[in-house]
Amino acid sequence: MSTIKQLAKKESEGKSFRGGHSLCRGCGIPIAVRTVLNSIDTPVVVINATGCLEVATTRFPTTAWNVPWLHVAFENAAAAASGVEAAYKALIKRGTIPDDEPITFVVFGGDGGTYDIGLQSLSGALERGHQFIYVCYDNEAYMNTGIQRSSATPFGASTTTSPSGTESFGKAQKRKDLTAIMEAHHISYVAQSSISHWHDLSTKTKKAAKAKGPAFINVLSTCQLGWRHEPRDTVNIARLAVETCFWPLYEIIDGYYRLTHEPIEKRQIKTWLKTQGRFKHLFNNGNEYLLEEIQQDVDKNWNRLLERCRQDANYFERQEAYF
Amino acid sequence: MSRTIKETPSVLEASLLTGAQAAAHAMRQINPDVVSVYPITPQTPIIQTFSKFVADGKATTEMINVESEHSAMSAAIGSASAGARTATATASQGLALMIENIYIAASMRLPITLAIGNRALSAPINIHCDHSDSMLARDSGVIQIYVENAQEAYDYMVMAPKIAEHEDVLLPVMVCQDGFTITHTAENVSMLGDGEVRDFVGEYHIPYSLLDLNRPTTQGPFDMPDYYFEHKRQQQEAMEKVPAVLKTVQDEFYELSGRLYSSIEPYKIEDADYGIVILGSTAGTVKEVVDNLRDDGKKVGVLKIRSFRPFEEEKIRYHLSRLKGIAVLDRSMSFGSYGPLFTEISRCLYDTEPVLRNYIYGLGGRDLFPDQIEDVYKKLIAGDTSKATEYIGLRE
Repeated sequence: MSTIKQLAKKESEGKSFRGGHSLCRGCGIPIAVRTVLNSIDTPVVVINATGCLEVATTRFPTTAWNVPWLHVAFENAAAAASGVEAAYKALIKRGTIPDDEPITFVVFGGDGGTYDIGLQSLSGALERGHQFIYVCYDNEAYMNTGIQRSSATPFGASTTTSPSGTESFGKAQKRKDLTAIMEAHHISYVAQSSISHWHDLSTKTKKAAKAKGPAFINVLSTCQLGWRHEPRDTVNIARLAVETCFWPLYEIIDGYYRLTHEPIEKRQIKTWLKTQGRFKHLFNNGNEYLLEEIQQDVDKNWNRLLERCRQDANYFERQEAYF
Repeated sequence: MSRTIKETPSVLEASLLTGAQAAAHAMRQINPDVVSVYPITPQTPIIQTFSKFVADGKATTEMINVESEHSAMSAAIGSASAGARTATATASQGLALMIENIYIAASMRLPITLAIGNRALSAPINIHCDHSDSMLARDSGVIQIYVENAQEAYDYMVMAPKIAEHEDVLLPVMVCQDGFTITHTAENVSMLGDGEVRDFVGEYHIPYSLLDLNRPTTQGPFDMPDYYFEHKRQQQEAMEKVPAVLKTVQDEFYELSGRLYSSIEPYKIEDADYGIVILGSTAGTVKEVVDNLRDDGKKVGVLKIRSFRPFEEEKIRYHLSRLKGIAVLDRSMSFGSYGPLFTEISRCLYDTEPVLRNYIYGLGGRDLFPDQIEDVYKKLIAGDTSKATEYIGLRE
């Protein structure tokens, strides 16, 4: 477990991810990246899917990365990471690199590169059991190409390919539960976190780094441009997603669920939706039923998660201290 | 940590092997650090045979059994970037699926060996040979070698890493063998000893390893219009350096094996008036026809192109420019234009005399018979100057 001082110290010493990149002000991604990288004690090698993070940090001949970093394409970050990890094992076997200097491989991909186009390669890599941490920074749409809907985009959100209009209330489909899909691979560590909860993300990163085989962390990351909010509200809006139980923080260890943050007072989903321009149309007269539907869906998912965590509570009581 | 590999003694006498087995043996002897595999007919026997070698401890390679060819090539890129000697194999739809990454591998200058079992592209789905698949990668920046038989498949698989990894080159190499005709046909193949191959290919070192923690590199960054063009130009420069490297490697291979290779193989073309230009296994049949026609006093020959990328224009011009008539036999099509080999040949002979004819043959595994090849020569000799593409053995 890191304290904020330890993270800050690591940040100033290691500087694995430097400033000077061109991510937007108020972007949630660098918060996720710094928190993750500063929470890992070993040297890291980063593999990055195409997306905002890749484009904004590696404009040739500049780079924001002071750790080894590889980008291949959009849909194959996990496959590329498989190759890097296999090479690492092979080179240890060959005696080219030492076997007593462990490297943590960290993959970063957005929701487009993870929920959608990269799902197959990620699934394959998880099944094969490569040793890496996959971090999805989920900002709920294809932000890099200009806010197009993805399978992570919430029901009712207006995006450039699911715009609200006289005949449309925005995205008509519910979001995909990627974290559950990851759990179905029976890997030892899966978690959901948010840029608003640095301590939660840092702790989960440390657990992920110690997991045997692949680990997956789904991190909610706001996008002021796509969600249409003030850049200064980034962290608060991400926090409200957690407090409304739209984005619960939990982890799945060896298939057992555990809630890592329980809101003191569960807020109405409306309070979160209101903070963002992409949901503005939902508050028009006549759309009350949509707000009702969204609230019901949040409640249903939250209750199911609570139930699951309750069922699995015994497992964690039996464990002395996991990781 | 490294396991010892049981040595196979130098096999100077021939073994009966299919092209796929020959390629797998070459891989076993090279013992790449990482091989990513995904099955597809007719390439599958290459990776199956190799997987068994690994399972039996005859190679110590890290195998990655990926979930698609796209991931096979992606993993190969990751592995090669990390400084591991890397190979993969594919065909047809698999090659089509990985094409995005073939371009990326070449652009990132990663010396990956790709064993190809040439097969037609869908639709209609067809598992038999033509060159549509590898022609899809024609402009990707990979080196493309087309082989005639299992022996050449073995030999070029052994040479591939040495060509690919040369510091002037650093490009992927595709060794293309015709599906079924070569991959599944057993022939006598002379193999080198394991130690000989190991010494020949040497240790693998790349200038920038992703795993070099003391010198972190950003690999695969993003280019704006101010740099992209220069990076593409550098790829061309690397490709221009390949012929010299290819020659050196082939010469060194000759020293070792007694088998002398060149990027092209002229057969009875020196004093010929009429010639056929061709890629791959069909060259063997054409040579047979040439011999028969020569017996009848016809001055005919054949030029087999091994290295299609890079296309060694000067050498090819040297052999072809003084002929009276040339038929270029393409085993793939570029719809709306001529066959890809014909386009190359006609470009490199644009200011010369020979009459050029384009024939398309063998798509989807359609057989080509000696009498059909003979007809091609006879038409050339008869002074046929038609410009239209002809299709051999096709029901119109």
